[in-house]
Amino acid sequence: MSTGAAVTGNEATTAAPGRRFPLHIVVFLAPAVAIYTLFSIYPLVDTIRLSLYTGDASGQLRFAGLDNFRALFFDPAWSGQFWNALGNNLIFFLIHMVVQNGIGLGLAMLLSLPHLAGGSVYRTLLFLPTMLSVVIIGFIWQLMLNPLWGIAETLMRAVGLGSFFGPYLGEESTALVTISLISVWQFVGIPMMLIYAALLNIPDDLTDAATVDGAGPFSIFWFIKLPLILPTLGVVSILTFVANFNAFDLIYAVKGALAGPNFSTDILGTFFYRTFFGYQLQVGSPTMGATVATAMLVIILLGVLVYLFGVQRRLQRHTF
Amino acid sequence: MTASSGILRRKVGRLLAGASLTLAALAGPAAAQTLTIESWRNDDADVWNSKIIPAFNKAHPNIKVQFKADPPTEYNAALNARLAGGTAGDLITCRPFDASLDLFKKGHLTSVNDVKGMENFSPVAKSAWTTDDGKDTFCVPMASVIHGFIYNKEIFDELKLTPPKTAAEFKTVLDKIKADGKYTPLAMGTADQWEAATMGFQNIGVNYWKGEEGRKALIEGKQKLTDEPYVKTFAELASWAPYMGRGYQAQKYPDTQNLFALGRAAIYPAGSWDIPIFRQQADFEFDAFAPPVPEGSQKCYISDHTDIAIGINAKSKNVEAAKTFLAWVASPEFAEIYANELPGFFPLSNAKVNLKDPVAAKFASWRGTCESSIRNSYQILSRGTPNLENELWNVSAQVLNGTLKPEEAAKKVQDGLASWYQPQK
Repeated sequence: MSTGAAVTGNEATTAAPGRRFPLHIVVFLAPAVAIYTLFSIYPLVDTIRLSLYTGDASGQLRFAGLDNFRALFFDPAWSGQFWNALGNNLIFFLIHMVVQNGIGLGLAMLLSLPHLAGGSVYRTLLFLPTMLSVVIIGFIWQLMLNPLWGIAETLMRAVGLGSFFGPYLGEESTALVTISLISVWQFVGIPMMLIYAALLNIPDDLTDAATVDGAGPFSIFWFIKLPLILPTLGVVSILTFVANFNAFDLIYAVKGALAGPNFSTDILGTFFYRTFFGYQLQVGSPTMGATVATAMLVIILLGVLVYLFGVQRRLQRHTF
Repeated sequence: MTASSGILRRKVGRLLAGASLTLAALAGPAAAQTLTIESWRNDDADVWNSKIIPAFNKAHPNIKVQFKADPPTEYNAALNARLAGGTAGDLITCRPFDASLDLFKKGHLTSVNDVKGMENFSPVAKSAWTTDDGKDTFCVPMASVIHGFIYNKEIFDELKLTPPKTAAEFKTVLDKIKADGKYTPLAMGTADQWEAATMGFQNIGVNYWKGEEGRKALIEGKQKLTDEPYVKTFAELASWAPYMGRGYQAQKYPDTQNLFALGRAAIYPAGSWDIPIFRQQADFEFDAFAPPVPEGSQKCYISDHTDIAIGINAKSKNVEAAKTFLAWVASPEFAEIYANELPGFFPLSNAKVNLKDPVAAKFASWRGTCESSIRNSYQILSRGTPNLENELWNVSAQVLNGTLKPEEAAKKVQDGLASWYQPQK
């Protein structure tokens, strides 16, 4: 009650008439506003502007309205690839959500066990791949999975799974899942660390009290810890979403910009690259590329909005 | 405090002035005479730096040349970005046909009609870098590459095989190698897709569509990709699958090269540019045979693809020096050096060149016995969306993977082409 009164009192003084505009606010905001405007907002707006133009053979631009978007969504030459890339991107995202964040949560739980020996060693080792270059990750995994000289087949045979081995990265049915799992392997450290930090924040009193009340480890996780780390899980989900719909490098490093076989590993990032820069005999089109980029922006924006209004607002936060 | 900082300031000032003077001295005369070459041949950087450029400098000591290469798959994108930003080098290595024509139309390349030595090239040699109306040539042709098959001579001797001449003989040879079981009969993978299209489809296809005759018929709309020659090429390609290495679907181009260079595979569907790599890496004797001809064929055809040329950046500040360099590139001296330092790249000029590498000489000898043709997807047919070349990569890999039947592959590329190319509608 008393804090509430204090706040109202403060508001009253700020809103007092006749006070000069607080200049220091502008001063503090200026660096961020300037940098974001120059390097984020301006390029974004210019990309959207460019997507409304079309270029001819001599490189001259002319205004085309929404023609590019019409082509992207409805012209079979473009829309087939676009929807395919979007679908693949969704699968890519779902695999990350379920496998990467699931394993990340599990690992964080294990790491936060009170009597774990060598916890910091595991933590470092599990986080290590995240810091490696994607090109190196792609190269190592390609070598391991290589059907000619890879180690994967030998290992699988040693545990009696030899007959399940196949050229995973080369077959339409398995390539996307395999690449997704490689990416999961690389980035599992990030959700793990975030969730681990959230788990450490939960005071022991709460779990102790629950134990005294007769809760087992499963009840403690389900009814005490999980609700308390939900905001972190929300942040992890949105980070995964944005990162996955911007993904490009691993697939480019492993499968090239044509994302074969038969575009089965093509996601929005590689589709954008091909469109904007061109590939082999496909001549790049800056305007069509900007259109794809704008579509990606809208997709990511929609996802973030759904999260902000559908999830974020319903989350309860607790501070201790 | 103030005194010392004053001295310091003066010292720093003097240092800076000195540095800028030296920089100016370095930049002044050198900038006028330094040419930078943009290229995708990063494999050849050594040869350029140690052989080609020094040879040029013997005659023109006052023009410095720098060779700057990007990885092949990134070249087009990187070059376009640099041209748009005005930071590209003086000399641009030209991809054949539309990629370079596009640069010329956008005003990034100048015409090279007046470069000395252009008369050394036949119209066919220049075709890949000439406007549709034939008026302007914008790059000086450097070399073409020829497709064929390289084979491991020791394996052939061991299994008592002779290089096949017809498609049927080719199958017999493959069967024998497979029956022996020690070696992979055919070194090829589909993971990179272009291998399947270039070393597979274009390599053997010329014999089916009769080289230039079929290529022109396709451009004029007189033939369709669903016609017999193309379906037959895909069918022949599909029949290779059982002879390729285990898990070839995930096998990349470097894997393929290694498989052959390590002596574990007998036959390698090749581009002639592979010769210098195998010269370095393979410790066995190898030789080559031309693409086997289908039954009942009288003539043989080869894919002799005009692949590489060099032009001048329109924004270059050293156009005169660049023209001097290009005139030298058009000379017989360059042809001789290039052909022998990079065996497998065959000069396009009319100059008689003596090839020292026996395998390269063998590839070149097919020009005398077979008809030459360029890859059918390069001229005009890759201008639209979807472009034929990238579509051919996709379907050729799928045909080899067994996920697309030859007729389906032919229909897919034909549908794609017909969707934007008027004569094919």
